Amino acid sequence: MSSKLKILVPVKRVIDYAIKPRINKTNTGIETKGVKFSINPFCDIALEESIRIKERNPDSVESIHAVSIGPTKAQDILRTALAKGADNSTLIDIGEDNIEPLQVAKILKQVVEKNQSNLVVLGKQAIDDDSNQTGQMLAGLLNWPQATNASKVELNEDEVYVTREIDGGEDTIKAKLPMIITVDLRLNEPRYASLPNIMKAKKKPLEKLKLKDFGIDSIDNRLEVVKVEEPPAREAGVKVSDVDELILKLKELKAI
Amino acid sequence: MIFKRFFSSSRLLKDSLVLVEGSQSQINPATFSTITAASKIGEPITALVLDPSLAESASKIEGVSKVLKTNGYDHYLAEDVTPLLTNLIKDKYNYFFTSGSTLGKSIIPRLGALLDVQPLSDITQVIDPKTFVRPIYAGNALATVKSKDNIILGSIRGSAFSPASTNQSPVSIEDIPKVESDSRTEFVSENLTKSERPELGSAKVVVAGGRGLQNKEMFDKLIEPLATKLNAAIGASRAAVDSGFCDNSLQVGQTGKIVAPELYFAIGISGAIQHLAGMKDSKVIVAINKDPEAPIFNIADIGLVGDLNEVLPELVEKI
Repeated sequence: MSSKLKILVPVKRVIDYAIKPRINKTNTGIETKGVKFSINPFCDIALEESIRIKERNPDSVESIHAVSIGPTKAQDILRTALAKGADNSTLIDIGEDNIEPLQVAKILKQVVEKNQSNLVVLGKQAIDDDSNQTGQMLAGLLNWPQATNASKVELNEDEVYVTREIDGGEDTIKAKLPMIITVDLRLNEPRYASLPNIMKAKKKPLEKLKLKDFGIDSIDNRLEVVKVEEPPAREAGVKVSDVDELILKLKELKAI
Repeated sequence: MIFKRFFSSSRLLKDSLVLVEGSQSQINPATFSTITAASKIGEPITALVLDPSLAESASKIEGVSKVLKTNGYDHYLAEDVTPLLTNLIKDKYNYFFTSGSTLGKSIIPRLGALLDVQPLSDITQVIDPKTFVRPIYAGNALATVKSKDNIILGSIRGSAFSPASTNQSPVSIEDIPKVESDSRTEFVSENLTKSERPELGSAKVVVAGGRGLQNKEMFDKLIEPLATKLNAAIGASRAAVDSGFCDNSLQVGQTGKIVAPELYFAIGISGAIQHLAGMKDSKVIVAINKDPEAPIFNIADIGLVGDLNEVLPELVEKI
């Protein structure tokens, strides 16, 4: 490989995937008080893949840098990322404000340029806003190749082969570095951080920055949230005791 | 050929461009729903086809005012398509919509970055030309959002809009040149799952299996006959896909396909929130499970607790 890989892994702190979110009283968002937060599952897979790329090609990876844009508490997930195998990390502390993918991508572009990253591995979507946008936007801003929904990543010199999950099956594309990869669920099974590694991670670098370090005064969200509501509830159904009754009920509902 | 042009300023504000997805003369069903969503904004709607074999059918879709046709975008790579779209949309269109397919989702954000616009993913409702509803948190909440951008880019959740009909007399088709890109991305190969069944995203009936099927043999043995009998598409929970019972592309849920058929059979599926996100807008939901406590029973219209090995063959025989 002509130049060593400097991998950037953006990670997001989100409400834990197993928790059913509750809408706040003012209907403006989701209740976050006293709720368990975790690393976004897709970001965890992106981090795992980066670590595996390094383990498979120890001589060609210079570093793995984890970055998170979010509240002060997002440093918890960066510490976990360091414990799992990231070399260094950056928290861009924006407080409790919401930030949209476009703005995140603009900040990440600056991070990429500053760190001279040549491979960015992201989750395909955050499970809170479900946008599925940030990786593609970053690729657009940098004019880099993008491989979305990766289920397999293979390095070959300075070319990367990525198999993607697409509607109806899968396809494989290849691109020359630098590039952006967003990862799908089936790419890998993320590891757990061991206790000794958690202890060691406390000594690894965690840089703390603010928006003004990126020449940004305030968050420029383009979408105004008018309201957040519960989806319409389904009416209670019936339990039937056998197949005959099931068929009868289906006919009653004109479903068959 | 006469080209319809729309220069009146009142209409210019609502000019929509819709990407027609599909291949080999077959337009993807989700495109018809996307055009219905665009028609809620108003007309004119221009349909863009990147595969010339789709042009004629596209010109007959109700609501489409004009078709733009071009060539040379065989695999719809976002790196190739976005320079064309940027050129087209700038100063000419205020709206650009695709379906919420993997294709639409790979293109729209990249385009958003180039146009400096924040796109909207998976729109389920058009409130007014600037205000839209979209699900967040795996469909556990619906957000109404108002865009401050001059250009609105959105992917449309197909299951939320009825498909536009295809019986209008054909409108004009205009050839436009390919726009060269400096892309470094190359298509290598693809591996599509062949199926005689209706497409999962648009099927009227879906028979889906989960972990309760225990293995691939049982999945095939119990799910397929029912699907065949009902001319249904086959779906699966993540657990079933991860355990290798069926192909990834059949996964229904937050990270797979979102479906809203007339009838959805959840067989041996517990009903995790990620799965519900993909199917809870189905009209009638039937759950068959041996565990009476399975959360799927909370949203099922008809629930049957029983041994799948006994219940399913009986159901296939009697239905």
